[in-house]
Amino acid sequence: MNPKREPPASSPASAKAPSGKRPRPKTPQDPSQGPQGVTVDAGEIARFSAMAAEWWDPRGKFRPLHKFNPVRLGYIRSQVCAHFGLDESARQPLKGLRLLDIGCGGGLLSEPMTRLGAEVVGADAGEANIKTASVHAAEQDLAIDYRATTAEALAEAGEKFDVILNMEVIEHVADVDAFLAACAAMLKPEGMMICATLNRTLKALGLAVIGAEYVLGWLPRGTHDWRKFITPQEFERHLQRQKLKVNHLTGVSYNPLQDRWFLSGDRDVNYMLVAVPVR
Amino acid sequence: MSTAQSKQDPEMFDIAVVGGGLVGLPLALGFAQAGFKVAVIDAQAPEEVARAEFDGRVSALSPASLAMFGQLGVLPHLENRLQPVTDIMVTDGKVGGRAAPFFLHFDAADNEAGPLMHMAENRHIRIAAQKAAERAPDTLHQIAPDGAESFARDAGGVEVRLASGRVIRARLAVAADGRASRLRAFAGLKTVGWSYDQMGIVTTVEHELPHDGTAQEYFLPSGPFAILPMQGNRSSLVWSEKTALAKTIMAMDEEGFARECAKRFGDYLGAHRPVGPRWSYPLGLQLAHDYVSERIALVGDAAHVLHPLAGQGLNWGLKDAAALVEVTAETARVGLDIGSLAALERYQRWRRFDAVSLALVTDGLNRLFSNDVGPLRLLRDVGLGLVGKLGPARRFLMREAAGGSGDVPKLLKGEPV
Repeated sequence: MNPKREPPASSPASAKAPSGKRPRPKTPQDPSQGPQGVTVDAGEIARFSAMAAEWWDPRGKFRPLHKFNPVRLGYIRSQVCAHFGLDESARQPLKGLRLLDIGCGGGLLSEPMTRLGAEVVGADAGEANIKTASVHAAEQDLAIDYRATTAEALAEAGEKFDVILNMEVIEHVADVDAFLAACAAMLKPEGMMICATLNRTLKALGLAVIGAEYVLGWLPRGTHDWRKFITPQEFERHLQRQKLKVNHLTGVSYNPLQDRWFLSGDRDVNYMLVAVPVR
Repeated sequence: MSTAQSKQDPEMFDIAVVGGGLVGLPLALGFAQAGFKVAVIDAQAPEEVARAEFDGRVSALSPASLAMFGQLGVLPHLENRLQPVTDIMVTDGKVGGRAAPFFLHFDAADNEAGPLMHMAENRHIRIAAQKAAERAPDTLHQIAPDGAESFARDAGGVEVRLASGRVIRARLAVAADGRASRLRAFAGLKTVGWSYDQMGIVTTVEHELPHDGTAQEYFLPSGPFAILPMQGNRSSLVWSEKTALAKTIMAMDEEGFARECAKRFGDYLGAHRPVGPRWSYPLGLQLAHDYVSERIALVGDAAHVLHPLAGQGLNWGLKDAAALVEVTAETARVGLDIGSLAALERYQRWRRFDAVSLALVTDGLNRLFSNDVGPLRLLRDVGLGLVGKLGPARRFLMREAAGGSGDVPKLLKGEPV
C-alpha cells in the first residue's frame, strides 16, 4: 500500500475547491513565495490551496496515506533519536539536523519533520506537488525549503544532509543504482538514510496491488508496478554498492479491525529500513 | 475602539479551550502538563464560581476520575471535601407509598477497590481545579472573566475574539462550553436529542440521622429521585419530575416545598428539611452527531448531555478530556498537526461510541421506569430483582460506574449483564 506517488496534480478534477467552506488562508508568510523562492503565481494560489486541502483531507482520496503516516513518523522519530543520541522526550528532538525528504509530494512528511525541529528540504520532481506543498506549508506557518528537483540534481549541486528520507520512492525509480548513488553522495559521514518500500512477493501483489488498487479502490489503478518492487535482500545489495549498510529493518502491517498500521516482523508487503555509511 | 483592536495581532497558542468549567479546566491542566501552550477562556471570574449560589449541585466522581484528578494535581485540594459512597440502593417506588423492598443493592463489599464513588459539591471541584491551575506549568493561561464573542477558522488555525477585544489564535479549539455550546454551533456540528418532559430539581437536605455513605435511587413514576450523601448529615436531592408539576413545586414557599420533599424522601434518615437554594433545569438527551470538525473538538456537555440517573455526566466529560489530551500528545509527538481531522478523528472514534451507548441505556432505563403502567411495573420488578441476584452482573454494573472497565459496554456487544 503506497499512495504517496499518486499524481493528483495532473488531474484537473483535483483542482476544484473541496466544498467552498475553506476561507482564504490568513498567514504571516506570503504564500506565493516559499522560503527558497518556489514561486507560485498569484492566480494559481487558490488552485494549489484547494489541491493542498485535498492532499491533507484525511477523509478524502489520500485517506490510506494519512492512516499510514503515524507509524512511519513514529519509526523515523525513534530511529533518528537513537542514531544521533537525541532526547526522545523533547518537543523538537530533531533540532539542528538537516533533513532531505525525497519525493515529498504534498509534504506529508516534510511538515511533521519541520515541527519536530529539523531543517527540511522537500524535493519532488513534480512541480505541481511542490507548489501544492509550498502553499500548504505557508498556510500552516511552517518554513520548508521545497524544490522541484531530483536527487541527482541535488547531489550534483553538492548538498549534504544528516538525514535522508527515502520513503515509498525506490519502487518508482527508473535506475535504482544511480538514484541511490546520488542519495549516498548527499549523506554526511555520520548521517543516516531511512527507506520504506514494498517487497516483491505474491502477498504484496495480492494486497498492495490487486487489493489496494483493484478491490478496495484505495489507490488509483496503475499506481504500482509489482515488477519494480524490490526484496530486502536486493535493497541491501543495492545499498552495499554505495558503501551503505542496513542497521535496522522492520515490517509494517495493517490491522483492518482497528484500521491502523503497526510495526511488525512481517516484511512480506511493506517494510522500512535504516541505512548508514560503512566506515 | 473595535476597529483599532480588529487590526491587532492575535496571541498565539497551541490550544484554546472555550469554557473553564468542571471539564474545561481539568482538560486545560492536562494539556499544560503535556507541554502545550493552552488558553482557557471562561466568562466567570474564578471567585464567582466558588460561591455556593453559583452551582449547588453535586457530582459523582468515579475512582478513574479521582485518579485523573490526582495526576492533574486537583485531588490534594479536594480530598477533605469528598464523601465516599459505600452503598447504592435502587428502589422502585410510588410517591407516598409504603417503603418498597430494595431491588438492587450495590455495596463496597462487591468492589475490591474501596468506595464505589465519591460525591463532591461542584463548587468544591471548581475551587480545587482552580488551585491546581494556580500551581500549573506556566504554559497554562487562564483568561477569565472574559467571553468568547466570535470565532473564525482558516487552514492554519482558529481565532477567538474575546469580549475584552483580545484575539486568541490556536491550532486546536476545544468546545467545553456546555450543552448550548456556541463553538459547536460555529463549527456546524449538529446534535440529535429529545426532551423528557421532565425537569431536574436539585437542593440540599439536612437530616437527623447519618446516611452512612448510602446513596438512594428511587424510580418513581414521574422520574428518578436520587438522595446522594454529602459531608455531614446532609444529602443532595436530584429529583426529576414532570415539567408542569416541577414548575409548581419550584414556585412553592419553603413549607410547601419541604412537604413535597417529605412525600418522596421517606423517614429513614429521621427528621429532615431542605436548606439553601433550589435549582431546576429541563432534562433531555442531547448528542452531537460528530465530536470533531477541522481544528475543533467537543468535550463534556457540548458533546453529550445524558439523563442524570446514571450519575455519569462529569465522569464522561473527564473521560473525553483524558482521551483528547492523550490523542493530542501522541499527534504532537510525531510532528503531526494537532488540529487536523486525521488526528481528531481518533478522538472521536475513541469516545463517541461510549457516549452513545450510555445515553441509550440511561434513556431506556428512564423510559422503562418513568410510568405507572401495571405490566411494565411487573416486568421491571422481575428484571431488577434478577440483576440484584446475579453477583457477576451486579459487579459488572459497578465496574462500569467506577470507570474501570473497557470502552465498550457489554450490553451493546451482546454480552450478558
